Amino acid sequence: MAAKRVGIVGVGMTLQSSARRDVYGIELINEAVRAALDDARMTRKDIDAIVIGNMDHFEGINYVDTWSVDGSGALGKPIMKMTTGGTTGSTVAMGAYYHVASGMFDRVLAIGWEKNSESDTTGAIITAFDPFWDRPTFGGAVAGLALEATQYMAETGATEEDAAYVAVRDRKNALNNPYAHLRMELNIEAIMGTPYLAWPVKLGDMCPRTDGACAVVFASEDIAGDFPNAPAWVHGVADRHLWAYTSDPYVNQHVKGGTWFPAMERATAELYGKVGITDPLEQFDVAELYLPYSFAGLRYMESLGFCERAGAPALVRSGATDMGGKCPVNPSGGVLSSNAIGATGLLRVAEAALQVQGRAGDRQVPGASLALATGFGGCYWSDELVIGIEKPERNRG
Amino acid sequence: MADDKKRMYLAIESGESAQPFRWSAGTYGSKFLTEIRDNKKFWGIKCPECGRVYVPIRSVCGPCYREMTELVPVSDEGTLITFSVVSFGFVDPSTGLQRPVPYGYAVIQLDGADSYLIHFIDETDPEKMKAGMRVRAVFEEDGKRTGSMMDIKHFELIRE
Ligand SMILES: [Zn+2]
Repeated sequence: MAAKRVGIVGVGMTLQSSARRDVYGIELINEAVRAALDDARMTRKDIDAIVIGNMDHFEGINYVDTWSVDGSGALGKPIMKMTTGGTTGSTVAMGAYYHVASGMFDRVLAIGWEKNSESDTTGAIITAFDPFWDRPTFGGAVAGLALEATQYMAETGATEEDAAYVAVRDRKNALNNPYAHLRMELNIEAIMGTPYLAWPVKLGDMCPRTDGACAVVFASEDIAGDFPNAPAWVHGVADRHLWAYTSDPYVNQHVKGGTWFPAMERATAELYGKVGITDPLEQFDVAELYLPYSFAGLRYMESLGFCERAGAPALVRSGATDMGGKCPVNPSGGVLSSNAIGATGLLRVAEAALQVQGRAGDRQVPGASLALATGFGGCYWSDELVIGIEKPERNRG
Repeated sequence: MADDKKRMYLAIESGESAQPFRWSAGTYGSKFLTEIRDNKKFWGIKCPECGRVYVPIRSVCGPCYREMTELVPVSDEGTLITFSVVSFGFVDPSTGLQRPVPYGYAVIQLDGADSYLIHFIDETDPEKMKAGMRVRAVFEEDGKRTGSMMDIKHFELIRE
């Protein structure tokens, strides 16, 4: 039996902010779920199964699937937890997609959430890494990403100002997104003036720590037409994991024929092959990319095939990725404006769906019909999804 | 207003309780760390199929999916691959103490190894570091080494 085609028919998100002290985790989840169900004109009863994810040890709550059943609506229903680091939200989206594509469930709810205000994010990230080889000297996401930024600048001649352009772009875009956490108009000088956290990465280059949740309803082709919103179809997905220890990704880059970010490049090759993407800058109308810090908005563009190696600074400075450009990146403000970790990857998918449905409000890219959404996690693994308004001829994987 | 809100919404703390773990280093990890502790020597492990030498040590070559058993000596000197200078303060979850900042942080390839390891480097001025520079391990003093990666105090730049 061929896999079912799968459409996104409902999207819900909470306000993303530094500390949602007014809600308990279960209530935060409930806020996003209610919004998604309302959006699809559904009730809890209509949901066949649920996929939920967060970085459970960030909140110190491990059975999030069962602990949250009242808020998620999973009471008495099949539910599965997925926890994959930064990619958690995009993995949850892919998990829900697989559930529906299998033909076993028609309506599956994906939920991603995090309350970063409830723990020390750097400490929590360090304990996600190997206790022998990584933890004694690892300095969390900021320090790990800084190693990559140093290398990128050394090998391409890119500058800190080039990276700052990305931070300015995403934070400016966030002004159009009422759900975003950091909504600020900054310029390159302002970013350059923020203190170094881990050279060459400055405070202004990094994503914030955020509380927030997102929920998305995935529906089978058999019923996807029964909802008020035209479905945003999943055209294809791919993911790759490629490392054991923190230092391993750098090996991949230097072995013969090595590249920047092999997990992302291999996922991209598979996905573009399945969906028929040969020129992403021309073919995608919009991209919601998991860029956890500004330098990612350079380097990952190359791994995603938007330009040649070392071509990203010129690409972003050309305005091609700005609102009004050829392929606007992160109209929502992206991860640099809101990073409730477990919600973040799912928000990329939700935003991509809203864009192709023409429902993205002030952050809408006019006429968008095909979108790329990505998740980035841990040390250099990668989830990628293509979302489009056109119904694909068949499920292409 | 903000203060009123803070008073209105309560929170509880997890407290100071500790939940200690005890991780096994395994056969090869134990050998690697014992050699550093007792002899200040690095060993790698070699894949019988592709010939890659791994440091830190592990027992499976991922790409070949082959078990590795052959230990080979590697140097305590190597090459700086990339680096950062960490300056933001944070609590090290392994020790419960503030990690001393600023510190140099580096990806290093030991001579004779194909894989890399991460560690501290004794330089906090990024202008004075460059990929490709030579580095050397500086070990903890005799009697102070306990069988962990922290038996290496840091790597130092070899300044000619
Ligand atoms: Zn091998």
